[in-house]
Amino acid sequence: MYIHNRLENKINFFKKIKQLDFILLLCILFLGILSFATMYSIDGGQILFYTKSHFIKFLIFSVLMLVISLINIRLWFSLSYLVYFILVLMLIWTINFGITVSGSQRWMDLYFVNIQPSELMKIAIILCLAKYFHRMRLENVNSFYSIITSLIIIFVPMSLVIIQPDLGTSILISISGIIVLWFVGLNHKYFFYSFLISVVSLPFIISFLKPYQKLRILTFLNPDRDPLGAGYQIIQSKIAVGSGGLTGKGFLKGTQSYLEFLPEKHTDFIFTIFSEEFGFLGSLLLLLVYVVVIYRVIWIGTISRSYFAKIFCYSFGSAIFVFVTINMFMVLGMLPIVGSPLPIMSYGGSSMLATMIGFGIVMSAKVHNHQSIA
Amino acid sequence: MNKFSDNITKLNSINRRMFIMTAAKIVIFGGIIGRLFFLQVRQNDKYLTLSDKNRIREWKLAPVRGDFKDYFNNIIAGNFEAYELHIIPEEVEDFRYTIYRIKDLLNLSDSHFKKIVKKKNNIKPWETLVVSNNLSWEDFSKINNHLYDLNGVKPVISISREYPYKDYYTHVLGYVSKANEKDILTNESIKDKFVPELKVGKIGLEKSFEKKLIGSNSIERYEVNAYGRRINQLAFQQGDKGKTIQLTIDTKIQELAHKLLLEKAGSISVMDIYTGSIIAMHSSPSFDPNLFVFGINEDDWQLIRNNPMKPLVNKSISGNYSPGSTIKPIVALSALENGIIDKNFTVKCEGKTEMYDQTYHCWKKEGHGFVSLHNAMKQSCDSYFYEVARKLGVDRLSETAKKFGLGKDVFKGLFDNERSGLIPNTEWKKNVLGRNWLLGETIITGIGQGYIQTTPIQLCLMTAQIANGGYKIYPKLIINNQDEDKYKDKYIPLYKDKKNIKIIQEAMFSSTNEVMGTSYRSRIDDPKYQFAGKTGTAQVKRITEEERELDLKTSEIPYEQRDHALYIAFGPYKNPRYALSVVVEHGGSGGSVAAPLAKELFKMIIDRHEIRKDFETKRYLNI
Repeated sequence: MYIHNRLENKINFFKKIKQLDFILLLCILFLGILSFATMYSIDGGQILFYTKSHFIKFLIFSVLMLVISLINIRLWFSLSYLVYFILVLMLIWTINFGITVSGSQRWMDLYFVNIQPSELMKIAIILCLAKYFHRMRLENVNSFYSIITSLIIIFVPMSLVIIQPDLGTSILISISGIIVLWFVGLNHKYFFYSFLISVVSLPFIISFLKPYQKLRILTFLNPDRDPLGAGYQIIQSKIAVGSGGLTGKGFLKGTQSYLEFLPEKHTDFIFTIFSEEFGFLGSLLLLLVYVVVIYRVIWIGTISRSYFAKIFCYSFGSAIFVFVTINMFMVLGMLPIVGSPLPIMSYGGSSMLATMIGFGIVMSAKVHNHQSIA
Repeated sequence: MNKFSDNITKLNSINRRMFIMTAAKIVIFGGIIGRLFFLQVRQNDKYLTLSDKNRIREWKLAPVRGDFKDYFNNIIAGNFEAYELHIIPEEVEDFRYTIYRIKDLLNLSDSHFKKIVKKKNNIKPWETLVVSNNLSWEDFSKINNHLYDLNGVKPVISISREYPYKDYYTHVLGYVSKANEKDILTNESIKDKFVPELKVGKIGLEKSFEKKLIGSNSIERYEVNAYGRRINQLAFQQGDKGKTIQLTIDTKIQELAHKLLLEKAGSISVMDIYTGSIIAMHSSPSFDPNLFVFGINEDDWQLIRNNPMKPLVNKSISGNYSPGSTIKPIVALSALENGIIDKNFTVKCEGKTEMYDQTYHCWKKEGHGFVSLHNAMKQSCDSYFYEVARKLGVDRLSETAKKFGLGKDVFKGLFDNERSGLIPNTEWKKNVLGRNWLLGETIITGIGQGYIQTTPIQLCLMTAQIANGGYKIYPKLIINNQDEDKYKDKYIPLYKDKKNIKIIQEAMFSSTNEVMGTSYRSRIDDPKYQFAGKTGTAQVKRITEEERELDLKTSEIPYEQRDHALYIAFGPYKNPRYALSVVVEHGGSGGSVAAPLAKELFKMIIDRHEIRKDFETKRYLNI
């Protein structure tokens, strides 16, 4: 077995290229194109800052993804803890010296580029936990020591992001972590009990929320409460989606978008514009692409030999699913508004960077699927 | 090997959990698809409507007001093209430069200029700033010549009210001006059609017929963005012009009335005695209603408001005057009708009569001697009518007076500023003043003094109903007015004995056409124009004994204390068609001031009668 590994390590560059998952690549590319088209339409049929910037980032990060995928997954395994710790330090740095944008300190100034460490943490936490559980025996997973350790791994970045404050991202980080815990075999009853506890303590948690967050929950429960204020965005979002109909208003013809009724249409609410212009059928197509992406990621997990790669792929695929779901639930008025971008579609460098790194590692797992990790 | 078996169990566990997770994912994606289906397919109509509501906004434009025409289809209140100057601030490159440039071109006053700048700061940059809404043609073309360096400046032609005959029709038509809050609250059609700068009738027929005149708004439909900025025009819906209203008035006669009363305060009303059509109705002094269309300036307003001759009052319908001797035909008629006197009843006039411890003077100091009804009317002998009134009593007199249209609104709510005058009786005094009627009051009522008050149009109606042989007519100003057509019961006799009417007509004839008649000097001998009338001189204050001794001429008395001069008449005598009333406030005696005006009027009225008749025939033939 050891010899076999040695042989695998020596597969050459072209063989690696051949091993890339082209279906996944195609899907990512397709999402990218849909994203540009939507942004082009949002800018009123011209290429403005957002579209340009998004396009450049997509190009750079795609290259980065390919580079990552060609590097042996063992490297990513060995770097996992380090990445996690660096990001925790970056989060601490952000809290103290970060750039404040609209009341929350999310951005870190890296001189040549501003970055949002909390977005990267969504992936890093999966890496870290996957490594933590990689060598653990199944019977030890449910031991007190490992549960506490993994909870701390989740809790530290989550609380650091809450302080920023950025409730949406911190929820997404913890969900990513919890997904890993689920796959490594943590007892069902823990999930069940913690679910019960969180339901019971929900009113208590709500009392700790900031006023604007409470407002969002009230608005979610009844958007017509303040149609021109807090409820404006969700009402306009539903109008945009609903008015799209079966086939949509047509490319560049989304009135809600070019008449500027929708705020934040480049970022979290990009799906509404897409849905307005391409309708129910277009939305189904977009969902289908996401389904294929998630399916491919999980399929790569199943063919991966190493437990680390398997956990990572399963968890990352499920995390993508959660991100997509939460974003859509939010814009369709099924969840309160929490900042959660639609992977690849939404404008936002850090989010795309994180997603692309994730895909890169998945691709690396595919390329090196015979690689086992000691 | 232990490790190997652990790996197997781990793989089993993770794959089982993956399976559960996938099942959950399918369910959740199913939920999203269901939600999308619900919003986009099931509720598509609802959200499509909401989206259109978001993006489509309608702008109402000011409706075009209906015209007023006179009897001969001349437009007496129409619309003209007003030259306006608009600026759209966001299209202007350098607002300061542009606005100063305009200031220079138009010679704007500093206060006006400041107002414009202030207005600009209160509107959104894409909204229209109205710099001027009534530019002269010179200024308008000056702006057009300089448009090349006035970006964002828009010369606009809009429709606005115009009264071509200026002050001839002011009191009949009223005027329009910018709608205020009260107009909007009290009138539904103004509320429906309101747009900023909408002009509505403030008084007169312009106000009474607001609903018919206002027309309907043109509607522009625009696509707007979230901030209300117009993106592009989707539709334009042309509104209807308001209805045209045609008056029975003849502008030529109205013009003559205006000229006759120039520099005087007073009123002239002319009426067709069979149809009740008002041929002319003018109140003097008048003012130019065009001044009000764009908001009257303070100086003009003070000039009108402070004029002692009260141009704002429509004296024809709101001026309450003591009728003076013009009431005498009714007093005599009432006495004849009630059998108190017959036409041979005679009284000896000695210049003054002592009754109820009071002296009642006839206007002729030396007295008229023995006078019959005919002579008493001709010479307007007061003593005779003191005696008749005493015998008749005020209650019977008031009954006849009211029957002939005195003391009641003539136009029945057509004008909201019409006043009904006052015909007193014993019951009225008891109810309103709380005191008993004094017999002395009956006596002065007999010569139209005391409590009795009438409006010029009432006197005109009274004369018309005597002239037409004593039949009821319904005065009208509007041709084909459905509101007035309900008075179908035409020609109800107002007399008990037709002979009595004839006696009064003859007496009035003598007053104008026989020697010694009070208006003999104003007669026209040509039977074609010959008219019959009755003068009246209404005191505005009690004449003291010293003043009676002094016997001052009118010009020697202060204006405010001079008598009102009145005259009522109908003609042509042989075959009467028209009745009129003339009132000149503080003019002096009716015979010397008011009656000559009637002479001028009758010449024209009767000349124009044929033209009017021909025109009417043509009107029917043209159908």
